[in-house]
Amino acid sequence: MSKTEQGQVILLGHGSGGTLTNQLIRTVFQDALHNPILDEMLDAAILDLGPGRVAFTTDSFVVDPIFFPGGDIGKLAVCGTVNDLAVSGAVPLYLSSAFIIEEGFPLADLQRIVNSMQAAASTAGVRVVTGDTKVVGRGGADKIFINTAGIGVVPPGRDLSPRRIQPGDLVLVSGTLGDHGLTILAQREGLAFTTPVVSDCTPLNRIASAVMEAGGEAVRCMRDPTRGGLATTLNELATQGGQGILVQETLIPLRREVVGACEMLGLDPLYLANEGKVIVIVAPEAADKVLDAMCSLPEGQGAVAVGRVTGSDRGLVLLETELGATRIMTMLEGEPLPRIC
Amino acid sequence: MQPYRNKDYAQHLLDRLRQEAVRPLSAMEVCGTHTVAIARSGLRELLPENIRLISGPGCPVCVTDDLDLDIVIALAQQPGIVMATFGDMMRVPGTQSSLLEAKSRGADVRVVYSPTDAVDLAAEHPDKQVVFLAVGFETTIPTIAVAVEQAVQQGLRNFSIFSLHKLVPPVMEALLTDPEVKLDAFINPGHVCTILGTEPFKFIAEKYGKPCVVAGFEAVDIMEALLMILSQYNQGRPAVEIQYKRAVRPEGNPVARAFIDKYFIPVNATWRGIGEVPGSGLALRDEFAHLDAQKRFPITVTPGKRVKNCSCGQVLKGLKLPYECALFGKACTPMKPVGPCMVSTEGSCAAYYRYGAQKVGGTV
Repeated sequence: MSKTEQGQVILLGHGSGGTLTNQLIRTVFQDALHNPILDEMLDAAILDLGPGRVAFTTDSFVVDPIFFPGGDIGKLAVCGTVNDLAVSGAVPLYLSSAFIIEEGFPLADLQRIVNSMQAAASTAGVRVVTGDTKVVGRGGADKIFINTAGIGVVPPGRDLSPRRIQPGDLVLVSGTLGDHGLTILAQREGLAFTTPVVSDCTPLNRIASAVMEAGGEAVRCMRDPTRGGLATTLNELATQGGQGILVQETLIPLRREVVGACEMLGLDPLYLANEGKVIVIVAPEAADKVLDAMCSLPEGQGAVAVGRVTGSDRGLVLLETELGATRIMTMLEGEPLPRIC
Repeated sequence: MQPYRNKDYAQHLLDRLRQEAVRPLSAMEVCGTHTVAIARSGLRELLPENIRLISGPGCPVCVTDDLDLDIVIALAQQPGIVMATFGDMMRVPGTQSSLLEAKSRGADVRVVYSPTDAVDLAAEHPDKQVVFLAVGFETTIPTIAVAVEQAVQQGLRNFSIFSLHKLVPPVMEALLTDPEVKLDAFINPGHVCTILGTEPFKFIAEKYGKPCVVAGFEAVDIMEALLMILSQYNQGRPAVEIQYKRAVRPEGNPVARAFIDKYFIPVNATWRGIGEVPGSGLALRDEFAHLDAQKRFPITVTPGKRVKNCSCGQVLKGLKLPYECALFGKACTPMKPVGPCMVSTEGSCAAYYRYGAQKVGGTV
């Protein structure tokens, strides 16, 4: 499959717009990502969008390490943007991808990343229709950065604004939390213990559409709890929706390995990033049906209700602990730093 | 882990604590992991009103003196120096800046998870001087002694440690003799006692007549320890007892202690917010002076001014609760900490801030 030879690296000329750039586009990008719109090779992709409002989002990916258990920067760049569209209620359709590559980056690694983008795009049913490549000198960037932007269409009549959240609504999560964040931390720091945990990085548009199909209007809002984890995302929802949220600690799904590693490092799994989990706020009467729909998919197998929206403590997220005490669950402040003992 | 987190058992312990707490008791936990467990589980809110838990100087990062840190930061900015540190030292403020700020201005500061990683760093970079910022209580010190031994065995010429270690029993005695501090009992640090055992704490019961119980780190461990403390307190028989029997033996870990003694000797040390405490620090023995960064790279800095209005000192002594400080949650947050107690996840203020232990208005 790979057309790149062992040992070949990215040169400054690959970003110059000349022959090398052309060659790179043809042999690496177009070869993997090809589709009728990209193949036109125009300065801009011309798109037909159906009825409904257009959802448009962008995100840059600078993850280190670029390859990690469960994914890589390419898969993440596709899933991250697809998921932002999906949880907004949109059907993701088209992506752009722009690369900033450090001179000397192995061509084989780039090939692997682009292939992984194609695999994720194909799973998600989206097309990469336009792109750009820039190469910077050594030290000008750390290996490779990817920006993706995405366009999707929100079907007519659909509104997933947090303002629709009502007291009594249930808070559902699609599975175990903190897996991605812990995987990256463990890899990045070459932690002495080996964790069997892998990143949950996956496209969420299939589960998001299953949620909408099962719950319809009763689905108030969806979010993907990426940076800052469950705690930060719920705080955003509580603030934007002007409601209180009460979470039951004993109901939060966490892998034993994640809990153990977090205890060692002094981290809280509720603040670790997820890249393949969705939070759904749903009216109580539709909760069972939505949970069934989520559980029927591999990416939602561990779906459970973890809390509910309350009429009191507006703008706050409260946690009922295992002991039965209630405390505030605050937003993430700064980068989580592991403690020492 | 499940049996230690059983809700019914916790309820039973709470009922018994209510029966036993016949008069007011102020107990200090001298371990940051206890502080976090108490805040995270919401235990303080469930305890009978008679029992007051005070968070002591339980985080070795938090008690690092700002003037000491100024010297470390100045050293980190010297050309050719790589400063290796545990992650939670990065944001601890000196009087001028922090290691994180020094790093963003170009100092080579690296976060390591184990002191031996710093030794590896030195072996990999023979052209650099790697200084390990050695911070920790008795729990961490043996692992730093291992790193020193590795450096000795490998004959490394470019590795040294900047020792800001702190010892727990001397500061407990300093608190007991401080006329401002009113304490009835101690919840002893479980991890530290795995190394020290109970002997170094006997003076607390014998000389000062205060109950003292070594506790584990689940909320129910702490409740069981409080019951043991109340039993001593009510019967007037102060002693050092172990609740955390699954990890702590009365004799501790003599091998680890011998390892500490091999490389270090006690010296006076300054604790942020508390001041100088005799014999509460450790320095490398003279025969290992070539591994002592303070001796190898003597640096003088103009003494900076300590932060005003920061109540960390009073918080560390248990005289104030974190939210009673005027800066708490306003000028001082985990993102931009003014005082050390807000920096580490185990600091009292950070635990109170993160786990919202300040009063919740009209909870559910």
